[in-house]
Amino acid sequence: MRLNSDLNLDYVANLARLALSGEEKAQFAGQLADILGYVEKLKQVDVTGVEPMAHASPVYNVWEADVVRPGLPVEVALGNAPVQRHNLIVVPKVVE
Amino acid sequence: MNYEAVIGLEVHVQLKTASKIFTRVAAGYGEPENTLTDPVVLALPGALPVMNKVALDLVIKAGLMLECAIAPVCKWDRKNYFYPDSPKNYQITQYDQPLCLGGAVEIELPGPARNVMGEHKKIPLTRIHLEEDVGKLTHGVHDSLVDFNRAGTPLMEIVSEPALHSADEAFAFLTALRLALVQGGISDCDMEKGQLRCDANISIRPAGQTQLGTKVELKNLNSISFVRDGIAHEIRRQHAVVTAGGTIVQETRQYEGEAGTSAALRSKEMAHDYRYFPDPDLMPVKVDEAWLATIRATVPERMFDRQRRYLEEFQLPYTLTSVLVPQLALGAFFEEAAALGGKPQAVANWIANDLQRELAVAGVELAGSKVQPRHIAGLVALVESGVISSNMAKEVFVEMFATGEMPEAIVARQGLAQSTDTGELEQWVSEAIAGNAKAAAEFKAGNEKALNAIKGAVMKASQGKANPQQVDQIARRQLA
Amino acid sequence: MAADLIFQSATRLAARLGQGEISSVELLSACLARIKAVDGRVKAFNSYAEEGALALAQASDQRRAAGQARGPLDGLPVGLKDIIAVAGQPLTCSSKMLADFVSPYDATVSEKLKAAGAIPFGRLNLDEFAMGSSTENSAFGPTSNPWDLTRVPGGSSGGSAAAVAAGELPLTLGSDTGGSVRQPAALCGIVGLKPTYGLVSRYGLAAFASSLDQIGTLTHTVEDAALLLRAIAGHDPRDSTSFQAEVPDYGAELARRKGPWRLGVPKEFFGAGLDPEIRAAVRQAIEYYRQLGCEIKEVSLPLAAEYAVAVYYLIATAEASSNLARYDGIRYGHRSTAAKDAIDIYARSRAEGFGPEVKRRIILGTHVLSSGYYDAYYLRAQKVRTLIRNEFTAVLRDCAALLSPTSPVPAFKLGEKSADPLAMYLTDIYTISVNLAGLPGLSLPCGFTAGGLPIGLQLIGRPFDEAGLLAIARHYEQAHDWHTRHPEL
Ligand SMILES: [Mg+2]
Ligand SMILES: [Zn+2]
Repeated sequence: MRLNSDLNLDYVANLARLALSGEEKAQFAGQLADILGYVEKLKQVDVTGVEPMAHASPVYNVWEADVVRPGLPVEVALGNAPVQRHNLIVVPKVVE
Repeated sequence: MNYEAVIGLEVHVQLKTASKIFTRVAAGYGEPENTLTDPVVLALPGALPVMNKVALDLVIKAGLMLECAIAPVCKWDRKNYFYPDSPKNYQITQYDQPLCLGGAVEIELPGPARNVMGEHKKIPLTRIHLEEDVGKLTHGVHDSLVDFNRAGTPLMEIVSEPALHSADEAFAFLTALRLALVQGGISDCDMEKGQLRCDANISIRPAGQTQLGTKVELKNLNSISFVRDGIAHEIRRQHAVVTAGGTIVQETRQYEGEAGTSAALRSKEMAHDYRYFPDPDLMPVKVDEAWLATIRATVPERMFDRQRRYLEEFQLPYTLTSVLVPQLALGAFFEEAAALGGKPQAVANWIANDLQRELAVAGVELAGSKVQPRHIAGLVALVESGVISSNMAKEVFVEMFATGEMPEAIVARQGLAQSTDTGELEQWVSEAIAGNAKAAAEFKAGNEKALNAIKGAVMKASQGKANPQQVDQIARRQLA
Repeated sequence: MAADLIFQSATRLAARLGQGEISSVELLSACLARIKAVDGRVKAFNSYAEEGALALAQASDQRRAAGQARGPLDGLPVGLKDIIAVAGQPLTCSSKMLADFVSPYDATVSEKLKAAGAIPFGRLNLDEFAMGSSTENSAFGPTSNPWDLTRVPGGSSGGSAAAVAAGELPLTLGSDTGGSVRQPAALCGIVGLKPTYGLVSRYGLAAFASSLDQIGTLTHTVEDAALLLRAIAGHDPRDSTSFQAEVPDYGAELARRKGPWRLGVPKEFFGAGLDPEIRAAVRQAIEYYRQLGCEIKEVSLPLAAEYAVAVYYLIATAEASSNLARYDGIRYGHRSTAAKDAIDIYARSRAEGFGPEVKRRIILGTHVLSSGYYDAYYLRAQKVRTLIRNEFTAVLRDCAALLSPTSPVPAFKLGEKSADPLAMYLTDIYTISVNLAGLPGLSLPCGFTAGGLPIGLQLIGRPFDEAGLLAIARHYEQAHDWHTRHPEL
């Protein structure tokens, strides 16, 4: 099957939180179909028994001791915040 | 038709670490808003996560305490979803390779009476994994406010099998789990502070049916009694729906503890598609025997194993074990005192009753108690060897609690030791007989009770130091 | 004065600073003059802060006067791709999303540069969030190729490459996820080094594809690359993927390593789609090495050649779709004023903040990770990536390095490929597999087209053998004068 034909732009755009315009959808649909068509070639490769490569080099147990380092002063932490109040980030009302 | 409830719990527990799980800024509760952040917590461009070794240690310890299999290798995955309290808009968690697999929590159900032990059960666990907490959202009238202090706090998720069947079992499960985690120093489990949070998956099915009914996820069970009440409420609700011929819809409901009601949450926009994939910023974790051994060495005895030991080895009554067992320090105090000799029953009594009471009254922690195990052991020995009466022991206890002086010293200093000097006793008795001629006559006439008046007089004269058994013997001989 | 300070190698400038012939302030002033003269046309810079930099230059001159210079880089200005954090400086990633963002912290490389006395100067243009091969995908407009202002400088580190090629700065840093340092270096006629994955900390580099990203150097000469690499390389506890490796004195190693070497030539890297002039120039470079006494061994990398681009665009976009989720206008960045509720604010802010290429890749990456597609796309791509890595490991077992073109085409016209993303992606065909395998790669000038456009030779080395790679490149460079030619501006 050709997976690229399955690309549901509205579904994916919603997952990605991207409000796409009509033109963008039209344009992307074609371009992404080309790209997904191109990557179909990977189906030709026999990958039976091959380990997936998640990291460039397989190293384990990279950690730090539980020793506190200073963080950012609140005014610096919120220095780039679009909207803030009383040292809190303000967002439109979240309805649960 | 009668129905059976099936309950599975998902418990989130904040780990007791100094710094956060993937960066070293302090973790904590009650600090001023947004003062526990750094580039990693705020997910600034370019920030990268680095594991906290102690967070891993604590989850392995929990796993060992809860009889889990510790995975030889586990990895980190990203759970992708957008929410204002989630700075990266993905949560670093463990999807298909959790750190702990299986396991069980032993619970004790309420007995028929307070002094009678209830049924014990083992509730199987599915898994325990490690992940990061999110920030805190406060909903105002016009907008919502975000504080990221909590974001990145190490969070342990414990998932039970759907093996609980009543609100009481769920309550007992959480109680036992919380005690274990507190005793293990893994978390303070303060639900007020959100250090332990519980969601429940609840369904009902006709008794005997094997396949599960439609489950409802109950959220916001943010106090241990809300867990019991909320689950009981949800079981009643489902029962009512079904018996009224309705059907249960799969949904997430929020329990309102104060009102004792629940309402369906407006399900978050679309079907969840979290697009889990291995986090390329973090290396996997390999747990070898050496590491396990170091953690094993720190694992305390399981609570109910200790309870069994106290019941069998020390022959303590259930009521005493139920005081000593839940408090690790108190149990240790008891075992230390008992090891110094003296009837474990008596030792346990002094600790579970008198000591506990005096500490409470004085508002002193056990750690700060002047009375140490050797004091209790000494006191019990004095009573058992008949040096002092149990009534006097009470006075001695109060004295040593206040001063920390050893009981032997107090007895000696205040000359409280019972007199067994027969000369002195013969003297007191003959004086008492002389002073109570009437009672003496009645006793000789066969009135046993009359002897008490004479014994009482002896005790009075001796200020209670006379040994009652000896007084009895001597009085009978003199009156014979 | 100023004239003899531009187009100078950093090594030479460092020596002259050391001998007191020039001051850091003079050098920086010469750079500023050059920038003001040519950057209106090249447009390599998104921004730069003159005063702060001059203050650092003065401080450097004072250190030197007091005999407390911190080393060869002390007093040298180093330009940074506008995707690497410097405390107090803008960090835009050439995106409207971060147009007003100022970084409150230093990337590890920025810290290291400062510690070495270097002056982090200027924010250099790039394809938005490093997604592109032409620097046309910038919210602030494209950068031009100094050799032909109607052509692209390559990308995504186009600003960093153009700034060096145009004589605006002696040294710059870029980032390379699929060729973003080497390809612009080739198209601009300078030296570009992409170190082994894990040699240079990624802390403070805004992530595009975490398992592929690596900060690299853009310089006039191989010696300069060695100089700059030594300053930024090394293990960083703040980057879990950074490697516990000793950092040699690459400059000293250049002299020590003489060769001859056995060098591999992957035959598939000379196939259809390769510009004939580039093929000829690269073949000549290979000839040079043969005459030097190197054994030239034809090797085969069939999987890398055939599948690298496909694997790359699945893995890179998948990681990017997650890495760029943090740009939501909540804690920082562009927030849409049109947003009605907390759900809406994401979709609108991101729609307004991101450009088309970024959106395209986020959509692709989200799709390939979404339920039902993960195994067919992402997981399969990761397995093929393993096979490609193994292929390189095998051929590098008995080759000290591999030789190939860096780019199949010379600098193309602005706008020429923007309508066809796939065609654009294919310009990275020789560089991408090096990132997939996590290997070091270097591009150095090896000629010009008849039209006067630079041509780049790519050398691919063994993991963490940057010293060897640089030495091999240096041999060629010393015997040729390509690097001494500079564009008329
Ligand atoms: Mg968020
Ligand atoms: Zn969870």
